[in-house]
Amino acid sequence: MSGPGLKLRPSGRSTRLVIRSRGNRLSLRVHLRALIAGTALLLTALGVALVNLSSGDFPIPVSDVLRSLVGQGDPGTDFIVHELRLPRVLITLLVGTALGASGTIFQGLTRNPLGSPDFVGLTVGAATGALIVLLLFNGAGFQVAAGAIIGCLVTSVAIYLLAFRRGVQPFRLVLMGVGVSALLDSFNSFLIYRSRLDEAIAAQVWLIGSVNGPGWTEVALVAVAVAVLLPVALHHGRYLDMLALGDEPAMLHGVPVERSRVVLALSGVGLAAGATAAAGPIAFVALAAPPLAARLTRSPNAGILPAALMGAALLTASDWVAQRILPENDVPVGLVTAALGGIYLTWLLFHERRNRGQGAQR
Amino acid sequence: MTESRLRADALTLAYDRRVVVRDLDVQIADGSFTVIVGPNACGKSTLLRSLARVLKPQSGAVYLNGQTIASQPSKQVARQLGMLPQSSVAPGGIVVAELVARGRFAHQRLLRQWSPQDEAAVADAMRQTEVTELADRFVDELSGGQRQRVWLAMALAQQTPILLLDEPTTFLDLSHQFEVLDLCADLHEQGRTVVAVLHDLNHACRYATELIVMREGRVLAQGPPAEVMTAELVETVFAMPCRVMTDPETDTPMVVPAGRQRRRMARAGVPANPADRVPA
Repeated sequence: MSGPGLKLRPSGRSTRLVIRSRGNRLSLRVHLRALIAGTALLLTALGVALVNLSSGDFPIPVSDVLRSLVGQGDPGTDFIVHELRLPRVLITLLVGTALGASGTIFQGLTRNPLGSPDFVGLTVGAATGALIVLLLFNGAGFQVAAGAIIGCLVTSVAIYLLAFRRGVQPFRLVLMGVGVSALLDSFNSFLIYRSRLDEAIAAQVWLIGSVNGPGWTEVALVAVAVAVLLPVALHHGRYLDMLALGDEPAMLHGVPVERSRVVLALSGVGLAAGATAAAGPIAFVALAAPPLAARLTRSPNAGILPAALMGAALLTASDWVAQRILPENDVPVGLVTAALGGIYLTWLLFHERRNRGQGAQR
Repeated sequence: MTESRLRADALTLAYDRRVVVRDLDVQIADGSFTVIVGPNACGKSTLLRSLARVLKPQSGAVYLNGQTIASQPSKQVARQLGMLPQSSVAPGGIVVAELVARGRFAHQRLLRQWSPQDEAAVADAMRQTEVTELADRFVDELSGGQRQRVWLAMALAQQTPILLLDEPTTFLDLSHQFEVLDLCADLHEQGRTVVAVLHDLNHACRYATELIVMREGRVLAQGPPAEVMTAELVETVFAMPCRVMTDPETDTPMVVPAGRQRRRMARAGVPANPADRVPA
């Protein structure tokens, strides 16, 4: 029997770090590359966040920002950092985290790289909820966020029930989601078409997804979603790995398949709902963060956390770009992520085709 | 009377409305190497999947340790009973060592992710199935036979007292077929209960301590191969005239299918057994 402590199990492509307590009662097994990549992503996200805090119409040196964050800044700096910039920076970090986690969960559950919440209709459903509040009830602020959450939940339940036939086939779920998305998309367009011009513009800005307007209410919203649901999702991360093998192998190895799937799906829906309610339907982060994290960790099962950190890094970096495209004004961050996502998807398909070509030659 | 920790009572199994197995009782003797044989679509894989609680019965129940299997927590069942499914597809980009390691899931907890027992079980399973040197290869780039052994390693890593195998020798060449069967025999000798669905009757007769012969969703015969395997039975079950002789290597029954000529005569109503034939 090996003693307590740290142990490296080097094995080419999947080196693991094993940590055991005295007497081997407790043990952790960490994907080493995921640990390194995750740490790097966390530092990147926080670093860019710090840059975003310090830059803007009134540049503030990073040292002053840090001083202000620990409560030792002067009142002027405190106002700019805490009131003007911190909500936005926190929203980008938290929304990115939520989207990355939610994307991994749904891509894992559907066993499909296109199975992310923006493709299976969840964000469209959230948008429908928000638009109904915005345009039919003339709501604003928190009401819109609540509408988005309700829209997201109702849509996900509807998709689940429509796809249910003695258990849920992952592929059926994706197709049903795509169908429901198309339906809701046209309804959203209808809502915008029948509204006044100024309302339509407000709705359109919301639909792009922005971290510019939101304040502390929205921060609290997505923070609660992340604080409550991310631990649940991480706890069920091992089930997600097993479910990736297929329902039957997972069941044979002791995974309560239907129950763990429902828990994972609900936490994924909640994370997507919280993120969308706070910042609108920001495109492509949920889709691209998990495979990018997998590429970085060189593991298909690096887990939810690296993808969540990748989401946070992607969104803060996108926001940094969004603040610099136009000299006089910020563009909504959703435009930047959509553009990045488009590039990513094209690259992915291009790469896939080339790999296939090589595979055929072998 | 032998004990049976695993048994099925009045089991009716169906896919949608198509009933495959009706009102079947079966007991798997503890410590036996039970082999289920029967023609295609006779319900043997269906029965196996239901014994492993992957397929819910339409009526009747499977019992494990005296309790219905459906009422027990998944993990508790998975520590008692493992199964190698007929075919499995690994997710892309997963390496062999990682897949086999996941076979330990039922023994792990959130804060007990990799005990020394886990490590030993995985190393043993990989050594027994001879996939140790494939540890760092991607599962989806292996040959069919290698992949089958990797999935078998994953099932072995689970270290369950009862092991179900659904056609474990498919995809394997002759020598690997016998290696897998030898491995099953070793596991049986170590005290495990092994239940396998096999197609080859001679493999079944050589390795089984208990044979279950199925046809059209029913058990036609159950017992030691030497008692059960007769030419009449094979003809009834597979509609195949044959001779049953003694395997010169193992002294177990050996089924030798009739030649083409005699099969043709059998179809025309000439008696099956050549000894019965009246000389012209």
